[in-house]
Amino acid sequence: MLAYIVRRLFLMLVTLFGISVIIFVLLRIVPGNIVDILFAAAGYVDPADKANLERELGLDQPIVVQYLHWIGGLLRGDLGYSYVSEKPALDEILPRIPITARLAGLALLFSASIGIPLGVISAVRQGTRLDYALRVLSLSGLSLPSFWLGLLILMASVALFGTMPIFNPEPKTWTEAIAIYCVPAMAVGFRSAALTMRITRSSMLEILRQDFIRTARAKGASEASVNFHHALKNAILPVITVIGIEAAFLIGGLIVTETVFNIPGVARFLVEAIRWRDYPIVQNLVMMIAVVVVLANFTVDMLYAVFDPRIRYTD
Amino acid sequence: MAATDYDSELKRAGANATHGWRRLAFLAQRHMLGTIGLFFMLLFVWAAAFADLICRYDPLSVDSAHALLHPDARHWMGTDSFGRDVWSRIIHGARISLAVGIGSTALGSLFGVSIGLASGYLSGWVDLLFQRVTDILQALPLLVLALIMTAALGPSLPNVIIAIAIPLIPTVARVIRANTLALRELPFIEAAKSIGMSETRIALRHILPNTLAPLIVLATAQLGSTILTEASLSFLGLGIPEPFPSWGRMLSESAAEYVRTAPWLVIFPGLAISLAVFGTNLFGDALRDILDPRQRG
Repeated sequence: MLAYIVRRLFLMLVTLFGISVIIFVLLRIVPGNIVDILFAAAGYVDPADKANLERELGLDQPIVVQYLHWIGGLLRGDLGYSYVSEKPALDEILPRIPITARLAGLALLFSASIGIPLGVISAVRQGTRLDYALRVLSLSGLSLPSFWLGLLILMASVALFGTMPIFNPEPKTWTEAIAIYCVPAMAVGFRSAALTMRITRSSMLEILRQDFIRTARAKGASEASVNFHHALKNAILPVITVIGIEAAFLIGGLIVTETVFNIPGVARFLVEAIRWRDYPIVQNLVMMIAVVVVLANFTVDMLYAVFDPRIRYTD
Repeated sequence: MAATDYDSELKRAGANATHGWRRLAFLAQRHMLGTIGLFFMLLFVWAAAFADLICRYDPLSVDSAHALLHPDARHWMGTDSFGRDVWSRIIHGARISLAVGIGSTALGSLFGVSIGLASGYLSGWVDLLFQRVTDILQALPLLVLALIMTAALGPSLPNVIIAIAIPLIPTVARVIRANTLALRELPFIEAAKSIGMSETRIALRHILPNTLAPLIVLATAQLGSTILTEASLSFLGLGIPEPFPSWGRMLSESAAEYVRTAPWLVIFPGLAISLAVFGTNLFGDALRDILDPRQRG
């Protein structure tokens, strides 16, 4: 077990190193950097000014030096400065994290509390009309773009209340908090709810076919006891995996949803930074996302061993 | 005891469907949802193929005198802020979605299959290297990686196709590798080796055809997500550039601002994306049930 964990941790470092190189190189093969963008807006400029600014930002140095500079800073907790705001990147990124984390947490809560029960119902009533309806519903959840769902919600809000929810970092009333956080979280979570439901259904179906379920029925256990105590308890493992991995991959949905609802979270900030070629922000944010994904994968694997005593990692 | 009607029992099990159309009709009847999905997909391909014949208006021609018209008999889905016909733009938009969907799925599968085959069949250091590369590519969500790729390559149709194809590679490579590893141990491969067949020939003639079923299932599933990703990229303004009528782009132009004043600009492009992806997903599910029954859900 210990050897396995050590090996996994080492591979995690290799992956993160690979990502850092790829991101760094990708961002720098783009023709034109922040200096070009800034100066393009100003019309004609003195080439000497341009060279000065490039030197100031360290863009005139060889790419390897730039990379080592970044990684060295990262290891010391120094993320560099945003090209756009000229503030430390850390001060730009940190205050935005709680907003996105709250949205992601609510979205996961929504997807688990909707997806798991509906998945169980769908599996228990397999082949019925209810099952068909739920399957079509879950497939539609995987087909609707979350930004469109967000726009539809905004449209409904205009039609019903005559106004749209406007983001306020400190909501004063409960209704405001719900409008600001829960509604966008539902727009993001609909997709994960659909995914959770599909996995719960197929995992439940697999378990319900097994012998110990027949035994449970034969000894006279109630239908609810069979479905929840015997079946769901054993079927939940793949569901945990999907929710764990979705947690990290939720960022894709958050990017578009934060854009639609105008929420100043870290996901929308990434898109803005990409548009501005604000390298220090983009590369640090992407590294952060990669760390979250890699850690989520690791945690899910470890949880597997905790929840299922049959699984033992050996090397 | 009721007499059993063996004929109808056999018919229900598909015994009369031995070949050709009968078999197809049986499959269609059995997989109702998949047939509906196929219908949506065909509709989508039809729109892309005959866009010029279907539409009365040029999707690109600007006509400011007729901007933001409500849907009516002349403009079925109204017009946008430049006076362009929304119906024409949506029908022509099918071309872009289809091009990106098929282009990036095919490109991703091509690289994924090559890497998966090499990795599973050659093993050793090749496998180790490819495994680490797929690990790295899988550590970033599809949209994030595609965003960075388009930012690096610049916005254009071929670049969007490449940007979406690259994140697909690891999933394909993993599936093909796992299949190759399982196939490699089977007796018919050993037989091929014993009669002196070359390694490359075994990989291409024996292993590859046997991994086709999971590949088709995977590619159909990916088709839907590539269409969604293109829409998201274009919605964020980093996908297909103006003036091409990409569905995602149409939504980003109309976002927030027109939610109040011109809801048709929000409803129709989103509906087009959803129906295209929904059809692909329905069809993909049925295809998985038929080709890969072990994964049935």
